[in-house]
Amino acid sequence: MDIKPDEIIGHIGEVLTEKQKKRGILIHAFQKIQHEYNFLPGDALKALSKKLDIPMSDVYSTATFYKQFYFTPRGKKIVRVCTGTACHVRGASKVLNKIKDEFNLEEGETTPDLSMTLETVGCIGCCGLAPVATVNEDIVGEIDMKKIEEIIEAVRQ
Amino acid sequence: MRAKVCCGTACTATGAYKVIDTFKTEAGKRDVSLEIVKTGCQGLCQKGPVLKIEPADIFYQRTKPENVSWIVGYTILGGAPYRQGLYRDNFLSEPVPLMTEIPFYKKQLRIALRNNGRIDPCNINHYLAVGGYKALEKALLSMTPDDVLNEVDKANLRGRGGAGFPAGRKWKHSKGAPGKIKFVIANGDEGDPGAFMDRSIMEGDPHSLLEGMALCAYAIGAQYGFIYVRHEYPLAVKNLNLAIKQAEELGLLGENILGTDFKFTVDIREGAGAFVCGESTALVASIEGERGFPRVRPPRLSEPGGGPWGFPSNLNNIETYACVPVIVEKGSGYFLSIGTKNSPGTKVFALTGKVKNTGLVEVPMGITLREIIYEIGGGILGNKKFKAVQTGGPSGGCIPEKYLDLSVDFDSLISVGSMMGSGGMVVMDEETCMVDVAKFFLSFTQSESCGKCPPCRIGTSQMLDILKKITSGQGQEGDIERLEDLGKKIVAGALCGLGSSAPNPVLTTIKYFREEYEEHIKDKYCRANVCSGLGVYTIEHSECFLCGLCKQACVFGAVKELRNKFFIDQDYCTKCKACYTACPIDAVKVEKQKHYSVQR
Ligand SMILES: Cc1cc2nc3c(=O)[nH]c(=O)nc-3n(C[C@H](O)[C@H](O)[C@H](O)COP(=O)(O)O)c2cc1C
Ligand code: SF4
Ligand code: SF4
Ligand code: FES
Repeated sequence: MDIKPDEIIGHIGEVLTEKQKKRGILIHAFQKIQHEYNFLPGDALKALSKKLDIPMSDVYSTATFYKQFYFTPRGKKIVRVCTGTACHVRGASKVLNKIKDEFNLEEGETTPDLSMTLETVGCIGCCGLAPVATVNEDIVGEIDMKKIEEIIEAVRQ
Repeated sequence: MRAKVCCGTACTATGAYKVIDTFKTEAGKRDVSLEIVKTGCQGLCQKGPVLKIEPADIFYQRTKPENVSWIVGYTILGGAPYRQGLYRDNFLSEPVPLMTEIPFYKKQLRIALRNNGRIDPCNINHYLAVGGYKALEKALLSMTPDDVLNEVDKANLRGRGGAGFPAGRKWKHSKGAPGKIKFVIANGDEGDPGAFMDRSIMEGDPHSLLEGMALCAYAIGAQYGFIYVRHEYPLAVKNLNLAIKQAEELGLLGENILGTDFKFTVDIREGAGAFVCGESTALVASIEGERGFPRVRPPRLSEPGGGPWGFPSNLNNIETYACVPVIVEKGSGYFLSIGTKNSPGTKVFALTGKVKNTGLVEVPMGITLREIIYEIGGGILGNKKFKAVQTGGPSGGCIPEKYLDLSVDFDSLISVGSMMGSGGMVVMDEETCMVDVAKFFLSFTQSESCGKCPPCRIGTSQMLDILKKITSGQGQEGDIERLEDLGKKIVAGALCGLGSSAPNPVLTTIKYFREEYEEHIKDKYCRANVCSGLGVYTIEHSECFLCGLCKQACVFGAVKELRNKFFIDQDYCTKCKACYTACPIDAVKVEKQKHYSVQR
């Protein structure tokens, strides 16, 4: 893994100490690792801790604070059901329950064959089309029973 | 000829790019020269994909690839509107060709969103063509930093991120702080569910944010800028990065800006999914690479020791910065002439929920809730009855019908127990249960609590437990009072704004909809039929047409079939609501528990 504190930290690096720079890029480093592996593997974190000279306990406590990071492998398809206000008012829980039933999953869980992970999100900023879900990068809006079937179909492929 | 196609998130989801592709092939086939501009969000998300044809200025909604050849034929070649693609209120009313004539846009006034939907955010020349960076030029070449600051201060620009603290006063604090190195930080965390105005500015008009930040940096003497963007907004990050690069190339950011010795650079920091990181001190911690715990103030961000790595900083919301270039260019007088005395200017709202036209609307302050919901929003979906409007997100509150004529500004919203917040506005109708809504917001704040201070960590989860009990039919006498008492204690005791505003949705719903709480507790009944576990389920035989779907739906075997009748055996019914949801003609009824009293 290739992480260069000076490049990532940007212009601000001019006025920071080495230690501050290394610490300042920690979250970005997590994002980079997760981008590569789809989750944060223990070994990669150990390597990072060494490279940035930040104790492992500190690395973990920071990573676990943020919702974006995962510590177990995730599915190929990631389905996120929006449970934000607008979606809630327009029936997001029905969508969520239907998908839960269909795949026998709870939120945050991954199917044993790693084909799919089910998550909820606070809002994806597409409230005009509530209720909304995403399958990987694709946004599905104005979800009704028919569209749920489509989502299920898309995941099953 | 130009087609300005909305490529905001919603329109992209409904197929804007397919429309663009068809435009390209269609234009090629007929040999017309057509420029396609991919703009940011144009506002009317509900009716996407939307687009405008210029110079005829005709607006199309719900554009399907099939319609494109008609639009090219009628409008681009013939200059006439293609009726079927135009906006209309309903299918009986006359179609409206001009964007400015559509009820949704008529009452709007765009300052923060002035370029959104007009320009291609990835092309700095578009921004320059609509007068972009003029304000920066004016400031650097003909105004002192103090002039700029005074103009913003005089305009009484109040922070659009929540509490409405005057930006000018904040800038003065940071300017006055000792120290050579200072930061300008833009808060694009937008954790508030149901709000997406900051997103649309970052995605659709990134340069106006950069220009606003540069003006702030000039006014307060800062050299470095950060934009803190939530990671759920990858397009915003992409467009901002591109905009920064383009501005640096033209000498509008970086060293020696516009040939002066003013230096200002901007970097982006991506958040990592924590609502509390929108809070100023938590945001600072997150920029430093720490856990996003709020810190005790003072020192404030604007004081030494307060900002990232201790450098004094100025933090504002995205929309706040986007208003600055207009103030500097047109003067504070222009800004003051819009809105109300104590809340000048405009505010962008994300209008969602049970209204016909959802989307982004920017209106002058002082407009009434009724105008926003009924005139711009087109009224309640399905002609249902209005119940409440929620403003301010998880920190705000629910406003009942009697305040529909309330002027929308910072102070009047607070006077009815809600707040402006970041501008989420969720409309609720009679099918929304207010107890359920309170539970919804509280479960959000409870799960987002950083856990640093006990009132917030323990208090919100206690309140949530009570609400869960009430909505599942286990509510007890005294629960409402317990909620009120806990709520007040959390407001008083929490360390940061998350905790101290978390009880607001509960407290306002109790204040305005107490009878719904009482019904849940005493009558075990939810009038909106939202909460399962409440009410008595029966089948109305005069309506039932014997499809049997309720029997199939009930996994508890409570729906029994007699010769030509279905009925629900109350001994088996768990009130799970499955039959109610399954029945296609609403023949399953949920009623209040009847109280029989024995006559003596
Ligand atoms: C829990 C919490 C979350 C917040 N989230 C945001 C946010 O997402 N965006 C934002 O601009 N302000 C947010 N704020 C308000 C900021 O702390 C700060 O007041 C604001 O960014 C200042 O900008 P303004 O003066 O321009 O409004 C939040 C505050 C709290 C307490
Ligand atoms: S109020 Fe809540 S979010 Fe804020 S510091 Fe306390 S525990 Fe954390
Ligand atoms: S509410 Fe649930 S348990 Fe009761 S009859 Fe309907 S489906 Fe069956
Ligand atoms: S609330 Fe679901 S997209 Fe915003």
